[in-house]
Amino acid sequence: MIRTAFFLAAVLSLAACGEKPQTSSGAKRDTPAYQGTSNPYSAPGWTAGDKTSWELHLKTRGQNSQNEYNRVN
Amino acid sequence: MARMKFVCDAERCIECNGCVTACKNEHEVPWGVNRRRVVTLNDGVPGEKSISVACMHCSDAPCMAVCPVNCFYRTDEGVVLHDKDVCIGCGYCSYACPFGAPQFPSQGTFGVRGKMDKCTFCAGGPEANGSEAEFEKYGRNRLAEGKLPACAEMCSTKALLAGDGDVVADIFRNRVVQRGKGAEVWGWGTAYGSKQAGQPPAKGVK
Repeated sequence: MIRTAFFLAAVLSLAACGEKPQTSSGAKRDTPAYQGTSNPYSAPGWTAGDKTSWELHLKTRGQNSQNEYNRVN
Repeated sequence: MARMKFVCDAERCIECNGCVTACKNEHEVPWGVNRRRVVTLNDGVPGEKSISVACMHCSDAPCMAVCPVNCFYRTDEGVVLHDKDVCIGCGYCSYACPFGAPQFPSQGTFGVRGKMDKCTFCAGGPEANGSEAEFEKYGRNRLAEGKLPACAEMCSTKALLAGDGDVVADIFRNRVVQRGKGAEVWGWGTAYGSKQAGQPPAKGVK
């Protein structure tokens, strides 16, 4: 009985000495934006997962929405 | 695709703070944190200029260089993002950043400095695209929705341009040619130049 209690006390006290590793793993890996999202608010006109389509869409959107010389003339 | 970049056209900015409001609303940024703000140079003096400032997603980002826990990363499009699960809120990045971009929420007891928050170019963070966790920590991921940053898309005078570096440079160049002035782009050299501002040129370079 005493031996069991001593063993339990030893295990519990040693467990308190545990230490989590403090080395940094850095940032997690991110999913590329061209993979799209699952939400229903995506802009139409491109295919999720197709990088070329996404890039072309963003370039066109940038010119159309920000270059009024293109829109007016 | 070239790198994602911001350009603020000081000839057009009317200091309306629409970009600031759009950002706060889009990402539900907490009180006391401003990922973007409008700065007026020579305020009150005739010829004053205003510019919209946030993280410029620098080519050689000093925040990435000084972070002791390596929480920053750069996407394939050149957007500088960070992992809030790794950030320890030390504030080194805020000292290193030439644009004052890193922000620290202080809603905790005794104003304890929390994890860093900054502009994400509306590209979220390392959580799953469009997930609840991503929105909670970083705001909306508009790039993954095929949209450009809300601040630039909301800008009423189109002073703030965002997107592919080649596209925004082309738009700005066209403007300068049309109006014949205002070619200065504040912060462009510091963010995207080949050397950091204030450093002497490398040996052999004139």
